Amino acid sequence: MGRKEMVAMLLAGGEGKRLGVLTKDLAKPAVYFGGKYRIIDFTLSNCAHSGIDTVGVLTQYQPLELNRYLGIGTPWGLDRKDGGMAILPPYVKQKGGVWYTGTANAIYQNMAFIERYNPGYVLVISGDHIYKMDYDLMLQHHKRSGADLTIAGIEVDWKEASRFGVMHVDDEDRITAFEEKPKAPKSNIASMGVYIFSWALLQKYLVYDEANRSSSHDFGKDIIPSMLKDGLHLSAYSFKGYWKDVGTIESLWEANMDLLADEPSLDLADPEWRIYSVSPNRPAQFVSPEAKLSASMVTEGCMIEGSIERSVLFYGVHAGRSSEVSESVVMPNVRIGEGAKIYRAIIGEGAIIEDGVTVGNPDDDSITVVAVGEFVGNDHMLLEVEPS
Amino acid sequence: MKHRVMGVINLIHETDELERLTQSRCLATVPFGARYRLIDFALSSMVNSGIHKVAIFAHKKYRSLMDHVGSGSHWDLNNRQSGLFLLPPATDDIQEISRGDLYHFYQHRDYFNRSTLEYVVITRSHMVCNVDFGPIIEYHQEREADITIVCKEQAEQLLGRARKVKMDEDGRITAIQDHYGRMLSDTISMEMYIMKKELLMELVETSLAQGQDHLVRHAIFSRIDQLRIYGYKYEGYLGVVNTLASYYDHNMSLLRPDVWRELFFQPGTVFTKGKDEPPARYLGTSKVVNSLIANGCRIEGTVENSIIFRGVHIRKGAVVRNSIIMQNGDIGENSIVQYSILDKDVRVQCDRDIRGTMTSPFLAAKRKII
Repeated sequence: MGRKEMVAMLLAGGEGKRLGVLTKDLAKPAVYFGGKYRIIDFTLSNCAHSGIDTVGVLTQYQPLELNRYLGIGTPWGLDRKDGGMAILPPYVKQKGGVWYTGTANAIYQNMAFIERYNPGYVLVISGDHIYKMDYDLMLQHHKRSGADLTIAGIEVDWKEASRFGVMHVDDEDRITAFEEKPKAPKSNIASMGVYIFSWALLQKYLVYDEANRSSSHDFGKDIIPSMLKDGLHLSAYSFKGYWKDVGTIESLWEANMDLLADEPSLDLADPEWRIYSVSPNRPAQFVSPEAKLSASMVTEGCMIEGSIERSVLFYGVHAGRSSEVSESVVMPNVRIGEGAKIYRAIIGEGAIIEDGVTVGNPDDDSITVVAVGEFVGNDHMLLEVEPS
Repeated sequence: MKHRVMGVINLIHETDELERLTQSRCLATVPFGARYRLIDFALSSMVNSGIHKVAIFAHKKYRSLMDHVGSGSHWDLNNRQSGLFLLPPATDDIQEISRGDLYHFYQHRDYFNRSTLEYVVITRSHMVCNVDFGPIIEYHQEREADITIVCKEQAEQLLGRARKVKMDEDGRITAIQDHYGRMLSDTISMEMYIMKKELLMELVETSLAQGQDHLVRHAIFSRIDQLRIYGYKYEGYLGVVNTLASYYDHNMSLLRPDVWRELFFQPGTVFTKGKDEPPARYLGTSKVVNSLIANGCRIEGTVENSIIFRGVHIRKGAVVRNSIIMQNGDIGENSIVQYSILDKDVRVQCDRDIRGTMTSPFLAAKRKII
C-alpha cells in the first residue's frame, strides 16, 4: 500500500436534528441541496479537486440512504485501487463495540484505517457544510507555517459568532485562544470545522483524549483546547468565499435561495470546480407552453406546466397546470397538482401536493416544511418554522 | 433476461444525410434531444432489455464515439458480467474499409465465435426509440423464426430513409424493399434483426464466399423464400433520424408531452454520458415556453419551441425560436435565432439575426462564430 501524503476523514454521522422531518430517515450529509446535489457532494468534490484520493467517510446516524448514495465513490473519482473511499461505520470489536461518542472518538476508533496509509497529514472535515475550498492550498499553508494543527477560519457576522467555535488569531495567523460557541464572543473568526493535523501528533492526542474519562471526545471541546494548553503551534488558515452551515430549516432554505442571485457567491457553474454528484439520469426538463419561469433553478426530468418564481426544483418534479411555486425548495420527484400554490416552503422528496392545495403563506416570513413522501390534501396541517 | 443474447450496433454504411452535422462525427454520435447522442437509444434499449454484452461495429469518424461510450460505465456495461466492445474495421488493406458489414463481421468473427451467447440482436444507431427486446425474442421463438425484423407501421410520410416491408397475416415477411423503392406498404423496417448467432455466422460465410458482403441487401433479400423471416410490430414512438429534415422534425416532436414521457421513460430510461452540469438557471429576465432545456443552461432571454442542450447561454434580449441549440452554444444579447440548428460550441454574437425556415433550417457547423 502506497504512502499517502494526506488522508481525509469526513465526519458524516450527523443526525441533523434541527432539520426536523427532512432528516427523519436520512443523515444530514445526505440532505438535498441546490437542485441536484446532496450536502456531502460539496466536501467530496473539494477532496477530488484538491488531489485527495483517500477519504474515510464516518457514518453513524441513519446511514442506509447515505451508503447507497456514496457507493464506492465513483462520481467523485474515488473508486481507486490504491486508496479511494471507505465508509467507516462504528463496528463491533472483540470487547464489544460502541457508537462514536464524539468527533474525536470517531477518528480514534478508525486509527487503523489511517495507519494503513501512513500519511504525513490528516484532514478532518465535516459533511455538513456548503463551500468550495482547495484543501491543498491549506496544506501548503500548514507546511509553510510549520504548525502542528491548522484550522480553517472564516469571518462571520459578529451577531452570528456565538453559533460557532471562534478563534483568536495574532498577526502571524497563530491561534491564541479557541472558544466553542461562546456567549459573548471576542472574535468573529469562526472555525469552519476543517482541520489539518500532522498525523503523528493527532495520533498521540487521540489516544491521550480517549483515556480521559471527563472528555467528551470532541475536536472543538477537547482536542483543540488541550493542544492549545500544551503550547502547540496552532495556525489559522483564512478562507474567503461562500461557506454555510445548513443545519437548520431556515439556513437550508436561505442557502438554496442564495443560489438564485444573478451572480451567486457560490458559483455552481464553474467548469474548473464542478460539484460532482450521482447523476439522476433524466431527460431534459420540459417547459410547457403555459409555463412561467423566473429567477429559478430547475433540474433534468422536471415537467413544468405552472409558474415558478424564485425557487429551486430538483429532478423529476412535475408542476401541474396553473400551479404556482414561489420562494420554495422542491426536492426530487415531487408532484404539484393543478392549481396548487406553494409559498416559502421546503417540499420533501416524493411528496404529493394535491390539486388546488395551498402550502405556506405569501404574507408570512415562516417556512413551511412538507415531509418526505407526504401527501398533502386540502385539510392537511403542516409544520411551520418561525424565523429565529 | 433469461435469453442469452448479444447486442450488435452496426454502424457500417449507415445511411447518413445529415450534412454538416456528420462532417466530423459518425451518425451514431449526432447530438439529439437536448442531452443525448443517437446511439444512446439503441444502447439503452439493449441494456434495459437485459443484454449485457454489446459490440459496436464502428466504421468511420469514430473518435467522438470512443469518447462518448468510453468503458460503457454510463450504461452499466463495465462490470464483470457485462461488456462493451468497440470494434473498428480490422483490415490490412485500406480499400477494404468500404466493404459491407458482413465483411467486417467476418474480420471480427472471433468476437462472435468466442461468445457462448445464443442469439444476436443487430441494430443501427439512427432509430430513435425505446424498445424492450424481451417480448421480441419470445415472439421470435414462438414463430420458430429464423430471423425476426422489428417493424413499425407508419401511415404518415416519412422524413427519414427506411426500408419498407410487406408482411402476410401471419407476420411473415414476404417482401423487403430498399429506401428508394416504390412498393406500397405502411410498414417500415427498423433495421433491427434478431437471429441465432450460428445463423448469422453462416450468412457471413456463405455470402462472402459468393462475393456478397451486405447483410440486408445480399444475405437477407436473397433468402426471403428460404428462411422464415418474421416481422414484429413495435408500437412505441419511433424517429427515423438519418436526414436533416427528420432530425429537425423528431427533435421538435419531443415537445409533445406524450412523446417526452414515452421515449425517455418507457419501458426503460435512456442513459447517456454524464456531464456534472449544475441545474439550469432561469434569470429574472427569462421567458421560456414550450421547450426542452438541459442542465447547465443559463437563460436570460426568450426561448420558444426549441431544444436547448447542456451548458447553453442565452443572453439578455436574445430570442430563440423553433431552433436546436447544441452543447455550450452562446447566443449574444439581442440576437434573434429562428428555425436554426446550431452545432456544439457555436457562438452567436450580439445583435445578429439568423433565420432559416421550417422546411430548410439554417445549419451552423461546430465552433462557428456568427
